[in-house]
Amino acid sequence: MATSIRIRAKAKGDEVTVKSLITHPMETGQRKDKKTGDKIPAHYITEVKCEHNGKTVVTAQWGPAVSKNPYLSYKFAGGKAGDAVKLTWVDNKGKSDSAEAKIK
Amino acid sequence: MQRRSFLKGTLASSALAVAAGAGLLNPRQVLAAWPESAFTSKSTNDAMGSLFGTADNTPSNKIKVKAPDIAENGAVVPVSVTTPLSATAIAIIAETNGTPLAANFELAGSAKGFVSTRIKMRKTSDVIAVVKSGGKLYTARKNVKVTIGGCGG
Repeated sequence: MATSIRIRAKAKGDEVTVKSLITHPMETGQRKDKKTGDKIPAHYITEVKCEHNGKTVVTAQWGPAVSKNPYLSYKFAGGKAGDAVKLTWVDNKGKSDSAEAKIK
Repeated sequence: MQRRSFLKGTLASSALAVAAGAGLLNPRQVLAAWPESAFTSKSTNDAMGSLFGTADNTPSNKIKVKAPDIAENGAVVPVSVTTPLSATAIAIIAETNGTPLAANFELAGSAKGFVSTRIKMRKTSDVIAVVKSGGKLYTARKNVKVTIGGCGG
């Protein structure tokens, strides 16, 4: 499952911009299956943790109103090229994944 | 007596299995507490109240909410929030969604006052950005016109 995250970070001076894409259905639990009429159970990411060199920078708490295949971008100060940025997500079914990238 | 305790045991374990199956046993232990009551609140004020402890907020022109004027597809509405305030948290709320709170971002010391993501919107409404700075809440709004709703079918 390690392929569910794409993460890219770029340093400009002291400021680092991190952009990431996660592959996830983000099912709200309100949608119905068109063929059977049954509700599709909710399945969405609840928490995303973003770290820089092991230190948490941003903790995101999400509800089902975040779009499918979520995009997340944030900025922080004090990073430089070569540093590690890491993203970890957990969804409401207990699944999780994480990925790490180097700042460019 | 034995039979009774046996029945009790199976009942308890099956209840647990049902709870796990329904997704009631969330992975709360893995990361910090997920504010469930804030995400199930039906109104903007309730959501703010249970997320931040208060719904008192001050409209601020120091917060910039970037979102499209017209979103053709309500399932994917890009929203960016930028603020020069020293923010400790930024929440994004879609006012007329069934549960308005879409996302909350807790920012640590080195994080800048900027987040960008994509949210779903049921219909045309204001997107509200709530910025927590120095223990106070500041808000800014941006109206987004939605032509096709993005919640449910």
